[in-house]
Amino acid sequence: MTKKIGIVIVSHVPEIAAGIPRLLEQVAADVALTFAGGTDAGEVGTSATKIVTAFEQNEAAELLAFYDLGSAKMNLELAIEMSDKKVHLYDTALLEGAYTAATLLQADVPLTEIEKQLAPLKIK
Amino acid sequence: MLTVELTKKWMELFYAQIDQEKAYLSELDTPIGDGDHGNNMKRGVDGVKDSLAKLKDPTLKETLRTIAMALISKVGGASGPLYGTAFLEMAKKCDESQEPAILFAAALEGIKKRGGAKEGDKTMVDVWAPTVKALTDGSFGTEQIKQAVASTKEMIARKGRASYLGERSVGHLDPGAMSSGYLFETFIAAGGVK
Ligand SMILES: Nc1ncnc2c1ncn2[C@@H]1O[C@H](COP(=O)(O)OP(=O)(O)O)[C@@H](O)[C@H]1O
Ligand SMILES: [Mg+2]
Repeated sequence: MTKKIGIVIVSHVPEIAAGIPRLLEQVAADVALTFAGGTDAGEVGTSATKIVTAFEQNEAAELLAFYDLGSAKMNLELAIEMSDKKVHLYDTALLEGAYTAATLLQADVPLTEIEKQLAPLKIK
Repeated sequence: MLTVELTKKWMELFYAQIDQEKAYLSELDTPIGDGDHGNNMKRGVDGVKDSLAKLKDPTLKETLRTIAMALISKVGGASGPLYGTAFLEMAKKCDESQEPAILFAAALEGIKKRGGAKEGDKTMVDVWAPTVKALTDGSFGTEQIKQAVASTKEMIARKGRASYLGERSVGHLDPGAMSSGYLFETFIAAGGVK
């Protein structure tokens, strides 16, 4: 059964954004994973509209979002303002943060506990 | 006073300036970034031009919002959400006042909130902040803008991609500061300030 909280990955590069969920799936079969990578034209960069789409495509109503570089965060924040979903944004190392969250969500660990484990992974 | 007419004229001149200086902006972004600022801005102003052309009898608020959304969706780099937020904040403020000093001050607050940069961090904020101040004390002008842009050269980058270079970013102009300089210079050229 799909977990209540999902994960969204945002990267400047479409392949990075698509690749990370592949790794997470291995440990989090029931966590809804969506991603947004690159600009609307598929070039290197990020797009607030693509991120909103990734929020909407995610089956979960509450989302944990992870990103690669600073400007992805700005577009994430804009997307959060444009979307109705409840989105938590983390300044952790992208891959390690998302992997930690995915593993713990799959194990039904509550969000407050997950956030404690994410805290030391904060790097930006 | 900012009007729809003035905003359109301003965006036409800004478009022409970006189009002309696209290569230079990307060149500035090469030693301390990823060399795409000119291309990013060009995509942005292309989007602005297209979406403004579709508006029929817009209000000032609609005009500013349209510019914001075009920049947010087309630019791709960090400058997109930053310039987009700037115009979005102006759109929010323009019912209350059409005074450039007040609108640009609201835009500056938006940029600071979105990007977390302070004055001295070697970003576009180092042009926006002194320019907003200059609009209030009457020293606003081409010379003042050029000086603000030039001041970024000796700064150490603390935000954005250039911050990964730390002290090695010294000696280079910030590309976003330069494009912000163009934004204000074309505002003057459009007749924005008498
Ligand atoms: N956090 C920030 N706050 C303010 N301005 C920033 C920030 N990050 C980047 N910038 C501005 O954006 C410019 C770079 O824009 P651009 O090259 O289009 O984006 P990117 O860095 O994503 O490639 C910088 O020169 C700087 O002026
Ligand atoms: Mg760049």
